[in-house]
Amino acid sequence: MARITLSNLAHSYRPDPVSDADWALKELNLEWDDGGAYALLGPSGCGKTTLLNIISGLLTPTHGRVLFGDEDVTQLPTEKRHIAQVFQFPVVYDTMTVYDNLAFPLRNRRVDEATVRAKVAEIAEMTDLTSMLNRRASGLTADGKQKISLGRGLVRTDVNAILFDEPLTVIDPHLKFQLRSKLKELHNRIANTMIYVTHDQTEALTFADKVVVMNVGEVVQIGTPEELFETPQHVFVGHFIGSPGMNVIPCDVENGAAFIDGVRVATANEADAAVTKGELGVRPEFVTFSNDGLEARVVKVSDAGRFSIVETVCHGKPVKLVAPEGAPIPSETTRLAFKPDNTRIYVDGWLAGARGAA
Amino acid sequence: MNKTVNHKAWFFVLPVLLLVAFNAIVPLITVVNYSVQETFGDNVFFWSGIAWFEDVLQSPRFHAALGRQLAFTFTILVIEVPLGVAIALAMPRKGIWVSVCLVLMAMPLLIPWNVVGAMWNIFALPEIGLLGKTLNSLGFDYNYTRQPGAAWFTLVMMDVWHWTSLVVLLAYAGLVSIPDAYYQAARIDGASPFAIFRYIQLPKMKRVLTIAILLRFMDSFNIYTEPSVLTGGGPGNSTTLLSIDLVKIALGQFDLGPAAAMSLVYFLVILLMSWIFYTLMTRNEEN
Repeated sequence: MARITLSNLAHSYRPDPVSDADWALKELNLEWDDGGAYALLGPSGCGKTTLLNIISGLLTPTHGRVLFGDEDVTQLPTEKRHIAQVFQFPVVYDTMTVYDNLAFPLRNRRVDEATVRAKVAEIAEMTDLTSMLNRRASGLTADGKQKISLGRGLVRTDVNAILFDEPLTVIDPHLKFQLRSKLKELHNRIANTMIYVTHDQTEALTFADKVVVMNVGEVVQIGTPEELFETPQHVFVGHFIGSPGMNVIPCDVENGAAFIDGVRVATANEADAAVTKGELGVRPEFVTFSNDGLEARVVKVSDAGRFSIVETVCHGKPVKLVAPEGAPIPSETTRLAFKPDNTRIYVDGWLAGARGAA
Repeated sequence: MNKTVNHKAWFFVLPVLLLVAFNAIVPLITVVNYSVQETFGDNVFFWSGIAWFEDVLQSPRFHAALGRQLAFTFTILVIEVPLGVAIALAMPRKGIWVSVCLVLMAMPLLIPWNVVGAMWNIFALPEIGLLGKTLNSLGFDYNYTRQPGAAWFTLVMMDVWHWTSLVVLLAYAGLVSIPDAYYQAARIDGASPFAIFRYIQLPKMKRVLTIAILLRFMDSFNIYTEPSVLTGGGPGNSTTLLSIDLVKIALGQFDLGPAAAMSLVYFLVILLMSWIFYTLMTRNEEN
C-alpha cells in the first residue's frame, strides 16, 4: 500500500497532439492518500477512464509520471503494479467455478494452495459468495459476476489500490444500493485506497471521502462532497453536482461587484477590478422569495416530494429555486433574494479570485 | 383475443415445399427405392430386401474406403483446427493489415474446387511442378502418381491449403468479439499468455470452433472433386475415399442397388457422427 502521486500527467490518444482538443487528459497533478476512498466524477468522455487506466498501467501516459510511494511506476506493466481494477462490464472466467475465479489472481502469482484456500474463503465471506463457491461462474447474475470481479481484486494481499470503472452500470437499481453499501463497508474494513469512477453524482458522493470532478480532460475541483456543494470552484461543478444544478446567471461586474441590469447583488467573493463581465452562481437552495430584490416571474412549479422546484424568469434569465413543501408560492411576478454567503461571481467559468480567474 | 382462422396461409409454403421435394425428398426416396431392389436393366426391378445393406456392411472394399475416409478426415482436422486457431491468434486486430489478411485468407475459399484439384495436380508433378520438382531436387524421392505416401501427403496438403482459411476466419470472428475488458482484467490478474488463451480465448471461441469442426468434418467426409481431379483415387486404391468409391460403383459399374445402399450408410455415418459431436460439445453448456 502506498500513496499514489500523479505528476505533470497528460495523455493523448493521437501520436502528435497539437491543439487542446487532441488531449484526452490535460496536464494534471494529483495525490491520492493511502487508504482514501476517492471518486472520479465527470460526464462521459471527460477522461476519467483514461486516468484510471494510466494508474493501473493499461495505458502509458504521453508525458508525466506515476508514483506509488516513492517508486516511479510509469513504465511498469500492469501485472507488476499491484493494482486491482473492476470494470464496467463484469469479467468472469466462464469455464471456472466461482472459487477458481477468486483463486485465479493468487494462483497466477504462485501463492501456495493453503493460503489460497484461506484467502478465498475470507473474501467469499465478505462478498456473500460463500454459498456459490462451487458453481460455474457463467451461471451467475450480473451483480454476482460483478462481486466476483470485485472479489478478485480484494483477494490479493499486495494491492496498492483498487480501481472501479463505473462498476454498477449493468446492475439492477435495487441491487446498486446494496453493492454500494457493501463497497463502503469493505473500504472501512480493509482500508485500501479505492478510486471509483462514475458519472453518477449519487454514487460518487455517497462512496467517496473526496471527489475529483473532471470535465473535458481536466480536473476542475477536488473536495469533500460538502465542499463541492457549498463552494463550487467552477460553474461546471455547480451545474453537475446537485439536483437541480446551480443557477448560472450572466451579470455585469463593476469594481469587483456584481450587477444584474443595474441592480447590485451581494456576493461572497469579489472579482478583479478589471473584469466587466461575469456570471453569478447560486444554488436553487439559496434562492428565496422576498419583498425586495430582483424582479422575477414564476413560469413553472414541479413537485419533487418534500420540496418543489420553482422555475422563474428573472431579468430574462431562467432561475430555479427550491421551495419547502407547503410554502406559499407567489403566482406571476415576485422578487427573489440570493443568500449572499452562497452567491459567487464566476469569471470565464472559474470562481473569481480562485485559480483561472482573469 | 379472437384469432382469425385462415388456412389459406399454408399456400404460401407451397413453393418451398415443392422446391425441397424435388431437390431433396424425391431424390432421397429414389435412392431408398434403388437400395432395396435389384435390376438387370430395361427398368425392370425385383425386390431384394436388405441384401444390399448386408453386402455393403460386410464388404472389405467398403471397410477399406471408410477407413481411408476416417483417416483423411481425422488427419486434416488435427492439422487444420490448431493451425487455423494459431493463424487467427497471430492475425492483427486493428489497422489496415486486418483487411489484407482477411482477403488473403478468403482467397483459397473462392477458388472453384476442381480448379484447386487441377492446380495441385500440376503444382505437385515431379518433372515440371514447382512443389514436385523442388522436393525431388532436394533429394526426396517424390512422385504422387506412383507412391501412396506421396499421394496422401499431397492430398492432405491440398486440403489444408484450401480449407484452413475457413477455420481461421471463424476463429478470428470469435476472437475479435472478445471485449477488451477481458484482456485488461487478465493483465490485472497477472495471467500468463497461456492462461489468457486457456481461460479467455479458447472458451470464447468454443461456439465458432464447434461450428468450424462440424463444417470441416462434414465437408471433408464428403470430399470428392479435389481428390478426384488430383489423384482420381490412385495410385491403386490408396486415395479412394468413400465418395470416389461410391461414384465408381454407381457410375463406373452401374451397380445401382449397392451404390444406393452405400449412399444411405454413408449418409447415416455422417449424420450420426455429427450428432454425437454436436451433442458432446453443447452438453456442457447446459449445466
